[in-house]
Amino acid sequence: MKVVNHALPSIDGKGLMMGKKAYTDDLSEPKSLIVKVLRSPHPYAKIVKIDTAKAEALDGVELVLTYKDFDRRPFTRAGQGYPEPSPHDKFVLDNYVRYIGDEAAAVAAIDVKTAEKALKLIEIEYEVLEPVLDFETAFENEILVHTEPEIHDMFPIGFDPKKNLAASYHMHVGDVTKSLEESEVIIEESFYTQAQAHVMLEPHNVNARVDYQGRLVIYSSTQTPIHVRRIISQALDYPLSKIRVIKPRVGGGFGGKQAIHGEMFVATVTLKTGKPSKMMYTRKEVFESSYSRHPMRFDIKLGSTKDGVLKAIDCWVVSDTGAYGEHALTVFMVAAAKVFPLYNKVDSVRFHGNVVYTNHTPAGAYRGYGAIQGNFALESSIDMLCHKLKIDPVEFRQKNMIKETETSPIFKIMGEGTEGIEMFMESCKLDYCVKRGSELVKWKEKYPRKELGNSKVKGVGMAIAMQGSGIPYIDMAAATIKLNDDGFYNLMIGATDIGQGSDTILAQIAAEALGTTLDKVIVYSSDTDLTPYDTGAYASSTTYVSGNAVLKAGKEMRQMIIDEAAKVFEVNPEDVEYDGVVLKSKDKEITLKDLSNRLFYNEDQKQLQITSSYYGTKSPPPFMAGFVEIDVDKETGEVDIIDYVSIVDCGTTINPMLAKGQVEGGIVQGIGMAMYEEVLYTKKGKLVTNDMMNYRIPTRREINNLTTEFADSYEESGPYGAKSVGEIGIDTPPAALANAVYNAVGVRITTLPITPEKILMAIKEKEKGEK
Amino acid sequence: MKIYIEVNGQKKVYDVAPDEYLLDTLREDNFYSIKRGCDNSSCGVCTVLMDGKAVQSCTLLSVKADGHKITTIEGYQDEAKKLSEHFGHQGADQCGYCNSSLALTVHAMKDEIVKPTNKDIKEYLVGNLCRCTGYEAQHRAIKLCLEDDE
Ligand code: FES
Ligand code: FES
Repeated sequence: MKVVNHALPSIDGKGLMMGKKAYTDDLSEPKSLIVKVLRSPHPYAKIVKIDTAKAEALDGVELVLTYKDFDRRPFTRAGQGYPEPSPHDKFVLDNYVRYIGDEAAAVAAIDVKTAEKALKLIEIEYEVLEPVLDFETAFENEILVHTEPEIHDMFPIGFDPKKNLAASYHMHVGDVTKSLEESEVIIEESFYTQAQAHVMLEPHNVNARVDYQGRLVIYSSTQTPIHVRRIISQALDYPLSKIRVIKPRVGGGFGGKQAIHGEMFVATVTLKTGKPSKMMYTRKEVFESSYSRHPMRFDIKLGSTKDGVLKAIDCWVVSDTGAYGEHALTVFMVAAAKVFPLYNKVDSVRFHGNVVYTNHTPAGAYRGYGAIQGNFALESSIDMLCHKLKIDPVEFRQKNMIKETETSPIFKIMGEGTEGIEMFMESCKLDYCVKRGSELVKWKEKYPRKELGNSKVKGVGMAIAMQGSGIPYIDMAAATIKLNDDGFYNLMIGATDIGQGSDTILAQIAAEALGTTLDKVIVYSSDTDLTPYDTGAYASSTTYVSGNAVLKAGKEMRQMIIDEAAKVFEVNPEDVEYDGVVLKSKDKEITLKDLSNRLFYNEDQKQLQITSSYYGTKSPPPFMAGFVEIDVDKETGEVDIIDYVSIVDCGTTINPMLAKGQVEGGIVQGIGMAMYEEVLYTKKGKLVTNDMMNYRIPTRREINNLTTEFADSYEESGPYGAKSVGEIGIDTPPAALANAVYNAVGVRITTLPITPEKILMAIKEKEKGEK
Repeated sequence: MKIYIEVNGQKKVYDVAPDEYLLDTLREDNFYSIKRGCDNSSCGVCTVLMDGKAVQSCTLLSVKADGHKITTIEGYQDEAKKLSEHFGHQGADQCGYCNSSLALTVHAMKDEIVKPTNKDIKEYLVGNLCRCTGYEAQHRAIKLCLEDDE
């Protein structure tokens, strides 16, 4: 291959580093009205009276919006396909506020200062209500977070607001009670995972104007422009055909920009006033009023034989979706669907539980959603089992984990929000990943620990993981390729580059299929008026699903070119040879450049253009093994991460360097979640971690060494053998680090993040017990 | 009130409010390289150089810049291009939101430290957060770029 599987520089990096106009805010209209939202100071309250007269009277205020300005039309902000597997439980504005930071009113004014002043002039009388703040007691609590009659699900997802349920789920394979009874060794433990904030460096950002054709044009920093257009149309009851959503360059998303944020407000303001408007979340708003990762509790039970054959996995989960049920069911299901098939040889599995409403900032999509939580619980408990069995965790996994050609009954039972489909692992190099990772980290030498003197101990730990590649039979992507004069192409894709490099790797796929070079493929992505459909950037779908659409379009375009040359040569297309530059048949030849110019200007004139679509009929999982080496200080509980070794099977890497960046970026976010990132509230439900001083993400200082390699793997159904790679990297750090801490100092931390305080306390307790 | 700043070698006069931050003044004047990330000096994407020193423009009052020399990456386009070549080859490009300010801080570091060690680089750039890359590829690229200069 000439273009694919080559580490070519991204097509857009240079302009971005030079500081060119590219991101959403760069593209707002000069003199846009500034939209600001008045946010609830209470975790739960009813708006009894709202008086906007003073705010409206303020000079420079254009518009004040309250719940009275909107029809009661519930929707979900989740940013998913239609019908959504999330409950329609949100109004643009409501007369109830359900968390501190929830939207109570909005203003549009000529500048930030005036808008902020106007917010202070809005008079609201709240009837403050008792909130539900503990997710473990939310189910069937007498306080209900949602009592509105209009809210509903789109199809059965276990939604039952009278019990504070956004969703609930049950699945089983075999008879788990019986297999547990029959098991010789049992592990039983509860694990807690915390809310994590995305902290993409570009805050949520959106602006709107009505163009000269009277159409509402929205620039949004979003991962799902097509869903955004649809949701705006439905929630505001405004014709879909009059809305254009453009996603410019996005400064990171990680799932945080899958949902709707300020779009409803700027759309309303611009439609009502006819003036351009914009909204940029402050960092506090990003923390407080967007969403974070679902916190979860896992009660897990494993059963195995004495000699280490895993027989049963039984798991009960409670997930906290906060005030609104965005991604309630999908995240929940992934906690098993993209984790449990790792151990496909068990006799039985049960996975069930509830996703509950509370009066916290909502939870929503975040890279690796569900999988990272489930992985922490399962991969921690697998290590506990290994210790009880006195079996090396690497050997245990090698014996019990999924292998190439195998399947798991879970694939068929569980999808994302719906049933899944049966799948056999046509590409699974997990055995290689585990072997190579243990070599690189020197497992045999270092496992489990080595005293370093002066209170420090070295430990190693590991975990394995899988993801998916898009949602089969649901996620569709399309790509248009257009041949221009002079023989270069445009690639138009709905796929949404949010920084992960999809514009580059999709252009690489196109260039490979067309037999051309990367510079001859000019990409435009994510403009609902100009580019074809794509679900958007989520569910690890872009490389696999959008990539397949691009590959198909590229191949078809190549054939169209050959067909045209055949006409010129007056031969059959089969008799044309083509290397991407020159078309030949016997003694005749024509360059693509000449052919394309001829098609434009001289003879048999026409535009060559093709649109191809693709939807997956399966979701081939990428796999990885993560190994970590740490030094723990027994006196302080402090952990130094010396090296994180990742061996990944994502099929062919379309761009090996960018793929590596995806893995490493994921690893570091995973390390953040494992070790210190935590969304924290006061007892009264107020967010404590509402700025970047209180919510710390990993800096250069904490990251010592990342060793990342790819397995030699080829997925038959993927474009040039590729699977997804966007999410898999984030999954292993919590479990691998918890396991390493155990191996180093003999304490099992079951509640994320694994802070020095928790480690120290556990060491102290262990010492007490030993005395 | 009026302030006089030299931005990238060009003399500029801005009419600013006393509580206005330099980030807003400069973005208003279409210096797109300067981004807003956190509003409280914790992420680094709003970095500019004031008299050659890296400062966070999100918390620097515009009036404090009066009479000073401000540099943004718009003033070092060739250097940005060069660093971006290395970023490209190392796969260090992701969303790019942190890149302009990082390039500018690398420039300041070069002025301040001769032959920075790995540790120097990490410490100097510690305020330039990146949520996408995991830093590893950025470091490879920056080191190669520094070697190139030698
Ligand atoms: S915006 Fe200035 S440091 Fe983050
Ligand atoms: S590349 Fe996205 S923040 Fe650095």
